[in-house]
Amino acid sequence: MVKSKFQEEARLAEPSDISAQIGTSQEPQEARQQVPSPPSAIRTFLNGRGNSKGADSAFRGTMLICALSIFAIVILIATVLILRAHLAMSTFGFGFLTSHLWNPHPPGTPQNDSPDGQFGALPFIYATLVSSFLSLLIAVPLAVGTAIFLTEMCPGFLRGPLAFLTELLAAIPSVVYGLWAVFVLIPLLRDKVNPLLIKGLGWTGLFSGNNTGFGMLAAGVILAIMILPIISSLTREVMSAVPSSQREAALALGATRWEMIRMGVLRNARIGIVGAIILGLGRAIGETMAVTMVIGNKNIISPSLLSSANTMPSLLANEYGEADPGLYLSALVEIGLVLFVVTIIVNAMARLMVWAVTRGAPDAVR
Amino acid sequence: MAASTPTNIQRPPLRTSRGNHVRRNMMNILVSVLAIAATALVILPLIRIFIYLLAKGFSSLSWAFFTQQPKPVGMPGGGMENSIVGSAILLLIASVIGVPIGVSAGIFLAEFGRSSKIANAVRFTADVLNGVPSIVMGIAVSALIVLPQKHFSAFAGGVALGIMMIPTITRTTEEMLLLVPSSIREAALGLGLPQWRSVLSITLRSASAGVVTGCMLAFARVAGETAPLLFTAFGSSILSVDLNQPISALPLQIYVYAISPYDEWHRLAWAGALVLIVLIVVSVALVRFFVGRGALKGNR
Repeated sequence: MVKSKFQEEARLAEPSDISAQIGTSQEPQEARQQVPSPPSAIRTFLNGRGNSKGADSAFRGTMLICALSIFAIVILIATVLILRAHLAMSTFGFGFLTSHLWNPHPPGTPQNDSPDGQFGALPFIYATLVSSFLSLLIAVPLAVGTAIFLTEMCPGFLRGPLAFLTELLAAIPSVVYGLWAVFVLIPLLRDKVNPLLIKGLGWTGLFSGNNTGFGMLAAGVILAIMILPIISSLTREVMSAVPSSQREAALALGATRWEMIRMGVLRNARIGIVGAIILGLGRAIGETMAVTMVIGNKNIISPSLLSSANTMPSLLANEYGEADPGLYLSALVEIGLVLFVVTIIVNAMARLMVWAVTRGAPDAVR
Repeated sequence: MAASTPTNIQRPPLRTSRGNHVRRNMMNILVSVLAIAATALVILPLIRIFIYLLAKGFSSLSWAFFTQQPKPVGMPGGGMENSIVGSAILLLIASVIGVPIGVSAGIFLAEFGRSSKIANAVRFTADVLNGVPSIVMGIAVSALIVLPQKHFSAFAGGVALGIMMIPTITRTTEEMLLLVPSSIREAALGLGLPQWRSVLSITLRSASAGVVTGCMLAFARVAGETAPLLFTAFGSSILSVDLNQPISALPLQIYVYAISPYDEWHRLAWAGALVLIVLIVVSVALVRFFVGRGALKGNR
């Protein structure tokens, strides 16, 4: 005990002893002649370089601040939105989310102020949900099918190019999808698809009313095209994170390829796939430009998928620019706040699910 | 992988009925056909969209597109010079804000944070921030900068785009830095380099190709963003380089022209779309060329 303590002290003292030895023993004669002795070349060099401790911690601190600024941005966005939406929140309370009245300028009120305007977000929440779920309905089977094909069946030489193509789909800007939809998709729906739907499924009430091509169905289709690559590439990622031993085990038991995919792959990756789908949902909820261009922009609730509507983002894109400061603007910002909160919850859920599968996965993830 | 596993090994006779066997095989074939059909359904329309865009765009593109200002309604010709210049200015501001913060945050995650609690929280927040709709970003920046100033400005637009670049750059930078073998870091430190120097001139430099392409990816993504600019940069029909004034941008102008009723403007919209697409596809292809699939999972 005592001995070890002694050793420790000796070890602690060592560095200074050594440096003292270097200082004195290297050139003892010169040291006697000139007082104080000049430090060795190495020591001079090292001292000239300065002590990196301060620089290191400053560097580390700067990087940390930049990393923390990501938190700051999220908090800043939330604060700004809450402050600006405060007026509408205190005026309408939770009724804002359940009221279907959207009447910024009731007859008889001045145009540039709207103290008596009535604001309710229900039509926009409804249209957002309907168009998003419609897009999931179209996109999910296709995306999962594509992912299954690309990870489990595709010959190797096709896999790279096909994966690249689906990722290109994700890189096309929303406004270009909108442009394409306005000039190609809308005429196609109006002239070819919608008449069939009205004829065949008109009795359900989902396909009735004016057939202009614009409306929630068009929004759902364009959203499906836009979220497909995200769902598909994440699904591919979680599927390739499933260890091949699972596949081999299933095949060894005599499973067909589909049974292997179902039991070995899909069952293991299901949480991640659900996460990918929810992430796609988050995109669909927040998508603005393409939807604004094809949904027809009417603030109504209609059961028909062919009717025009306004989603939360498309309402903001249409009306925020010309809203009067005051209650109207505040109500719009509150819709933005709702959108912010919903997408944060949806994204957080989805990320956690995807992480649950891919975390700690082998290199196959890449 | 699984496809290469031999499946035609002779199985011992099964005790189940022959009908069951047939049913299972049919199911297998059915699902294979469905998966192939799904892929075809995804790929073929995509190719058609691309071909349509290219055809429409090239037939509308002319030299005047790059060198002329928009003409008033009804007059033929005109171009998008102001929008191209506007987009360049906006993207420059965005990069000045987004790249240093994004790269530094990525360095923190890869070199200092690793798997600490704070690093995981930053990663998570970056992923979540990535999913915040661009229109919400536009409204927040508008409420933060435009409303107090009482006028739209190029600066506000640049800030909105810059914030949107940060999460993508952070995540790709981290991913690229983690690919650098730790032996290189250790060698640098072993030679007596201070850590900041080792990170900046050894690790970051080794990963520079990946980091740069990650930045280009973020750049390409915000280059196509319209929603955050609607209420910040707002758009303008004249050539402007004043950061305090509204400014035009390519995607904004495409939007305005696309919903207009004039054929001449539609033509310009297609040409603009082609320019945007070429810019974006080239950057994405570059990214893929440099780093492979891993870096692309940041999503838009």
